[in-house]
Amino acid sequence: MSLNEYLALAAVLFAIGFFGVMTRRNTVGILLGIELMLNAVNINLVAFARYNADIVGMIFTAFTIPITVAEVALGLAIVILMFRMRRTAVADHLDILKG
Amino acid sequence: MTLDVVAFWGLAILLIGSALAVVLTKNLFHSVLWLALTLTAVAGIFLSLDAEFLAAVQLLLYAGGVITIVVFAIVVTERLVGERITQVSRRLLTGVILAGALLVALLRFLRGAELPVERPVVAVDVTRVLGQVLMTEFVLPFELLAVLLLIGLLGALYFARPED
Repeated sequence: MSLNEYLALAAVLFAIGFFGVMTRRNTVGILLGIELMLNAVNINLVAFARYNADIVGMIFTAFTIPITVAEVALGLAIVILMFRMRRTAVADHLDILKG
Repeated sequence: MTLDVVAFWGLAILLIGSALAVVLTKNLFHSVLWLALTLTAVAGIFLSLDAEFLAAVQLLLYAGGVITIVVFAIVVTERLVGERITQVSRRLLTGVILAGALLVALLRFLRGAELPVERPVVAVDVTRVLGQVLMTEFVLPFELLAVLLLIGLLGALYFARPED
């Protein structure tokens, strides 16, 4: 297996996540798309680290995974808060900042 | 066909199939379950890249932690709204065109890029080196990460606190 194949796989995963972020209306669905994109990035980091025999890429991944978990926890807390205030999870209905 | 190649393509098919299911399924709850399969497949990819420690982290934090949080959030919000958790997607055609254009641009770039084909032989234990580097060279970011997790915990608690 060459590095190219791993990067191509990550590119496909990233594009699928991008598609999910753009087409989903539910905020939790959008978060799931962001998860897919972040995982594609992690695959890239680990693949580059392995093919260049450089451990730093894997260190980077060891940092990005916990940061992502914190991001998901905060994002879902915001979603729950929005539910309390607006009784909706659809991103289009959250337009109170519209001028 | 060596075992490596079979494992890679098997994981790739599983990964792409379940990722497509995540973004296309109508039921949000099924979407999350497909995401669990996707994250497990990513852990398999990490294993095929000799990153055993990261595969374990991926399974514990992502497939364990994130899925639990998301399921919890869906259950709570469904109770608040009291309707089925189906979701409709919008502007599918625009999404396909934009995501397809992004994919084509990335793959074209990858085809022209000069990248290593063979992976170098690594004699050392990757997990051991990872731990040593993490605790010496990267100890400051490591501690900052602990602070970040604490802040994230407090922030999530603050946002989701019961109404008084």
